[in-house]
Amino acid sequence: MNTATTTANGHAPHGEHHPAGLLRWLTTTNHKDIGTMYLTFALVMFFVGGAMILAVRAELFQPGMQLMQPEFFNQLIGVHALVMIFAALMPAATGFANWQIPLMIGAPDMALPRLNNWGFWLLPPAALLLTMPFVLALFGIGDGAIATGWTFYAPLSVQGGIGVDFAIFAVHILGISSILGSINIIVTIFNMRAPGMTMMKLPLFCWGWLITAFLLIATIPVLAGAVTMLLTDRHFGTHFFTAAGGGDPILFQHLFWFFGHPEVYILLLPVWGLMPHVLATFSRKPVYGYKAQVYGFVAIGILSVVVWAHHFFTAGLPVPALLYFMYSTMSISLPLAVLFFCWIATMWRGAMSFETPMLFATGFIVLFGIAGLTGLVLADVAADAQYHHSYFVVAHFHYALFAGGIMGVMTGVYYWLPKWTGRMYSETLGKWHFWLTVLSFNLTFMPQFFLGLAGMPRRIPDYALQFAEFNAISTVGAFILGISQLLFAWNIVQCVCGRGAPAESRAWEGAEGLEWELSSPPPHHSWEIQPRVK
Amino acid sequence: MKRRAALVVLSCAASSMAHADFQWNFPTPVTPIARDTLAIHNEFMLIITALFVAVFAIMIYSMVRHRKSVGHEPAKFSGPTGAVQWFWALVPFAILLFIDFVLMGIPAFHAVIEMEDTKTKADMVVKVTGLQWKWQYEYPDDGIRFMSNLTTPPEQIAGATAKGENYLLEVDNPLVLPVGKKVRVLLTATDVIHTWWVPQFGVKRDAIPGFIRETWVKIEEPGTYRGQCAELCGKGHGFMPVVVQALPEAEYVAWRDAKKMELAQAAAGADRAWSKDELMERGKDVYARQCAVCHQPEGQGLPPAFPPLAGSRIVNGPLLTMDGKPLPDGHVDRVLNGKDGTAMQAFRNTLDDVELAAVITFERNSFGNKQGDMIQPAQIKALREEAK
Repeated sequence: MNTATTTANGHAPHGEHHPAGLLRWLTTTNHKDIGTMYLTFALVMFFVGGAMILAVRAELFQPGMQLMQPEFFNQLIGVHALVMIFAALMPAATGFANWQIPLMIGAPDMALPRLNNWGFWLLPPAALLLTMPFVLALFGIGDGAIATGWTFYAPLSVQGGIGVDFAIFAVHILGISSILGSINIIVTIFNMRAPGMTMMKLPLFCWGWLITAFLLIATIPVLAGAVTMLLTDRHFGTHFFTAAGGGDPILFQHLFWFFGHPEVYILLLPVWGLMPHVLATFSRKPVYGYKAQVYGFVAIGILSVVVWAHHFFTAGLPVPALLYFMYSTMSISLPLAVLFFCWIATMWRGAMSFETPMLFATGFIVLFGIAGLTGLVLADVAADAQYHHSYFVVAHFHYALFAGGIMGVMTGVYYWLPKWTGRMYSETLGKWHFWLTVLSFNLTFMPQFFLGLAGMPRRIPDYALQFAEFNAISTVGAFILGISQLLFAWNIVQCVCGRGAPAESRAWEGAEGLEWELSSPPPHHSWEIQPRVK
Repeated sequence: MKRRAALVVLSCAASSMAHADFQWNFPTPVTPIARDTLAIHNEFMLIITALFVAVFAIMIYSMVRHRKSVGHEPAKFSGPTGAVQWFWALVPFAILLFIDFVLMGIPAFHAVIEMEDTKTKADMVVKVTGLQWKWQYEYPDDGIRFMSNLTTPPEQIAGATAKGENYLLEVDNPLVLPVGKKVRVLLTATDVIHTWWVPQFGVKRDAIPGFIRETWVKIEEPGTYRGQCAELCGKGHGFMPVVVQALPEAEYVAWRDAKKMELAQAAAGADRAWSKDELMERGKDVYARQCAVCHQPEGQGLPPAFPPLAGSRIVNGPLLTMDGKPLPDGHVDRVLNGKDGTAMQAFRNTLDDVELAAVITFERNSFGNKQGDMIQPAQIKALREEAK
């Protein structure tokens, strides 16, 4: 497709002008530095969010309350979700965008470098705001973090303590950061592509992110509006969500999920974008159905903003609304099937080898397939009455967001780590990490499908005896899953510290695209002379 | 030695697995809706399993055959070429369209219509109100109204005593319904959103404060059916089970008449004068059921969300104003009307006159509070009638 035929390999002629030490990272406007910070932040928060849910799984190991009070349990599940979504998965994707988009489109940097710096440095304070109520509660201030789940449902959130206010401000700041990042990515892709790289030669990863960026700009303001209304309900006497004052609690759900459903695709589109690159590389074959995938991304982007009410089918919507949201949700399966078709067709009759990125990519396809298929049955209003608010849904969205989102990010990390660090990671450790992750992930979440079918509601700190066995299995799986991720961190740290075999410019035999024309690691300033794309 | 230890562990694990009751699918359905839902669910699971197997069989075949290590030469194609390839590329989408909108779409359509038809030929109406963290059931035609509280003792939850068979799924007063009648269920809540769910009924519907939602059940088998609140509603979310007892028609009528009588006697109690000891004894019981979850058994509360009653300014304030009205934001007003924007709910409509008078009297004279006064059920009754 867009095989570059350039020799203009931007070896930094001017050297690296930047301050040393901490000041370098505070003031940097370099897309590679900022990308590194995003990815590091995401990795740290991945472990923070993971530790929270391991405490939850430990409590759920057997019936009865053993380790914590129900209030604290509720705080952990909500903050776990907010951390994983806003502070782990989204920053990881933005880190990919920062590192890869300029390299892949032949641009010297992102279009708006200072904005880029600000976009990142908003994240640590936001994460601090989100988790600070835990610490404050230790000193007797407030009653801990937000305890409503990540969905902030009113009127429970109107009733909640200061943790809700902290979470509202954290979401505002995270939202601003996402919007700034999205603006930067859109401007970069539209204006800074190398000569000859038309939109239909744009690498699919960039296409995935372009749609993501538009979705973020379209939906984050709605979330910001919803939580602001919540804030005024809490403190300034408005009644947007209180029936006694003429408001409507369901209005909050509409507003929240108008953001919340596209958010799922915001988390997944960058992964769907990088997947064809990995599959083509390790199949040593061109990407299948480039145009179909681009149109698939666009179709999913559009459909994602018109299906939100399937998140609250049990709230008592009128029949026409139920039918509309059911059929529109089912129709998402069509563009998604296009992607699956293209992924498998890319592998078909290639010459495959299974290095760690390819293992993660194939694992992603199978497990994300389970998420997609269970999503299809969840769309059915009648059956949804049983699945809804149950562990079936918990299992479904972890197949979508852990197997789909996080394993997708891991695919990308293993794929591009040699490019970023100039070192090959340990293939043995990578394979161990893959197999442990896949097996323990299924051990954790497969039983949760059955728990849901048997009737276990989600977000309960204690449960009836009939659910004990599956919960015990799930907890064992979760701990193996959590501990296995240390291999991932170790593998990355080794590369960053310069251990491991040096990586070639084209780190993978079948890799195609501009980023592989640069040295590994690329110079601090790359593509100062624009490459030409035929 | 080590091997033997491992063997013991393994055999223990194996035997516990053998005895464990793993449930792999929906519980046995007892309503027409639940039967439909189970049938649809089973059909869908077959369809998606077939899709899964077909698609990934192709992928795994490719992963085995088209490997570099077996010397497979990569092809060069990047899309369908020619009519035949286009045909094969489009077939899967035609199949999917058929599955989505015919195989799955048509039964789903009928099920939705049936599920939402709450009114046609409904034999009776029951109103369900969700409160933090219990359910109230009301039979509008018979004037019956009562609360349904979790009865699992705290010691079982804390692990101090062995857990009973229906751990966390047992209540003092279950909802009693007749078998074979179409019951229209109206749902609402007083504080936050709750969700009323009995898996064997195939019914799950949100109870939303300030709004009425509805669903219906027609139970086909007598028995006791257990479910839970399914929407996160605060710290007691895991502790507000739904228990429904389905009785044959004749037994239901007998239960209904007995319940009516019992409630009438309780209401009559409001008109007589109660001694302080009687009120204290009754109040202690009411407090344990209704208040202790938040304000704690010893009245020490869980500040800041749940203020202590011991030494509370409100509890130790005057009972009524000079002209016998509830003092605004005073003790009686707070218990009757609750406090907006907090978990303190209005008990005006959920407790009867005796219970209200008893619990107020109890709080004023317990946990070190020594007001020494009391309020009579008749006074509460008068206040409530005035408010109407």
